[in-house]
Amino acid sequence: MLSFILRRVVIAIPTIILISIFVFTLQKLLPGDPVLAMAGEERDPQVLEFLREKYRLNDPIPVQYFTWIGNALRGDLGISLRTNQPVLELIAQKLPVTIQLAAMAMIFALLIGIPAGIFSAVKKGTIVDYIANVVALSGLSIPNFWLGIMLILLVSVKWKLLPASGYVPLSEDPVRSITVMIMPAFVLGTALAATLMRHTRSAMLGVLNSDYVRTARAKGLVERRVILKHAFRNALTPIVTLTALLFGELIAGAVLTEQIFTIPGFGKLVVDAVFNRDYAVVQGIVLVTAVGFIFMNLLADVAYVLLNPRLRKQ
Amino acid sequence: MSLVNTEAQPDLLVVQDFSLRFRGAPSDQINRVSFSVGSGKTLCIVGESGCGKSVTSLAMMGLLPAGAAQINSGKMLFEGQAMNLADPKAMRKIRGSRMTMIFQEPMSSLNPVFRIGDQIVEAVKAHSDATDAQARDRAVAMLQRVGIPAPAKRMRDYPHQLSGGMRQRVMIAMALVNDPALLIADEPTTALDVTIQAQILELIRDLQAETGMGTIMITHDLGVVAEIADTVAVMYAGTVVETGPAERIFNDPQHPYTIGLMSSIPQLTGARGRLSTVPGMVPTARNMPAGCRFSTRCPFARPVCTTEPPLVEIGDGHQAACHFAPLEIKLKESA
Repeated sequence: MLSFILRRVVIAIPTIILISIFVFTLQKLLPGDPVLAMAGEERDPQVLEFLREKYRLNDPIPVQYFTWIGNALRGDLGISLRTNQPVLELIAQKLPVTIQLAAMAMIFALLIGIPAGIFSAVKKGTIVDYIANVVALSGLSIPNFWLGIMLILLVSVKWKLLPASGYVPLSEDPVRSITVMIMPAFVLGTALAATLMRHTRSAMLGVLNSDYVRTARAKGLVERRVILKHAFRNALTPIVTLTALLFGELIAGAVLTEQIFTIPGFGKLVVDAVFNRDYAVVQGIVLVTAVGFIFMNLLADVAYVLLNPRLRKQ
Repeated sequence: MSLVNTEAQPDLLVVQDFSLRFRGAPSDQINRVSFSVGSGKTLCIVGESGCGKSVTSLAMMGLLPAGAAQINSGKMLFEGQAMNLADPKAMRKIRGSRMTMIFQEPMSSLNPVFRIGDQIVEAVKAHSDATDAQARDRAVAMLQRVGIPAPAKRMRDYPHQLSGGMRQRVMIAMALVNDPALLIADEPTTALDVTIQAQILELIRDLQAETGMGTIMITHDLGVVAEIADTVAVMYAGTVVETGPAERIFNDPQHPYTIGLMSSIPQLTGARGRLSTVPGMVPTARNMPAGCRFSTRCPFARPVCTTEPPLVEIGDGHQAACHFAPLEIKLKESA
């Protein structure tokens, strides 16, 4: 098991290198000059040149890349061109906010998507299945921002049940922190829940017709056990893959959701950095996100082996 | 209608006039099927693919998907009790304990993600209050009985670590661990090598002798039938066309379909020639002929065959569903 994990980690290294090159190049291809953005009204060529020299923007691009990646490996992602704070510090401030949002959204998605998927597979072709599918399709079709605004209007403005925006750190006041985050997490989670529901349904349908499910019934097990143990355990593999892949969607969705609910998280940091051509911050964020994505998929790979005895070494 | 019952004691399982129709089908898939089996006896249900033998057995176990089929008529008596096939709760109680089943595909019939030991233990615990330790002991003992070497160690194996023959032995262990009165085996040897086939048949026969359970063997392999059957029910297009003691079915078949089936067995002795076949195709539910379902392929078909033939008693519990049974006498009369 340990050697399997190590092998996966080694395989992930070239992926991370490729991503870092890609991120770096893309930044350089973007139109706009960060120095101009920084200097603001100041157009003195000498000042601009001084700034270019200071941030080593005059070096050849490969040299700039190796300087950046070399520093990154030492935990130095550079300094924000805009706020002069270290990028790592900025990320460390914002990351917990987004992780809380993403985790709560994922919990919503799993709690809604998986039971709904199982239920609609078991009740295939009935009104229950039909309703679940219509709801799932709506979940996929309704844009996050619209759902977010509607919820704010109804739940916060009209019924005054939950706050419309803001953020309280988990360490400060856990109950309040979770309460504030419920609505954004729900908005972010619905689209994922719909995707999860559709995939759970199809995975379950495939498994429910299998011979071993018939065997489980032939043993005289109660139907609940047949479905939740014998069928669901086998349907879990595609669901785990999907959950890991949804991590990307979660981060992308978080950007939008944080804007709607004015949550000071990762998403807001990205948007601000892109608008201000804050290269160092954008690069840092994308790199951290990519590593996170790879880590999630690594976890999924490990989960496969735990779920599927055929992959285990004998 | 009298039933096959050569023993004095009441039959273990009696199925009478059983009819079933799949949702949306224009005719009954299973049409007024009757058969019975006694304790310690083996009934073979024979027929080609699609004749309804598997559907019938799944229906008896209550394993047909809910809502897929509608039972139109029929009675089932099991251990002297009338069973309601439409009552899932009652069926689940006897299923896996008093009446158990093994299937054609040992490779896919065991759940790939659970240890075989746990799968057998689960079968024990589904029907008794046995503790984990007691259930494990019974599972190990049962694996031993079906001829699995080092059973305590094998308990920890996953299905993919076993060969097809071994997996079918595990399936048999799982089916017999609760001491059933009746074992339904749906083509248990079809997917196995010939040598393994013989071993599995012998195992089932030995266990049957030990426990006195009744067995329904569903097969299309007449070699298997000759080997183990006490009684035979020949099915064609959802009907039982002929039933009776095995030796009478083999030596003196009375239904034209059975005669065709028997003559299609390749012989090692005698003149060599083309293998005999029954011409034509099995009718589907959409083009089911009225009356005798075999009439479209029958060499002896007459106008009367458009009416449903009665099950005619020929003697010794030997019955054939043909207007012309017994064949030699009746055909001579009508000629």
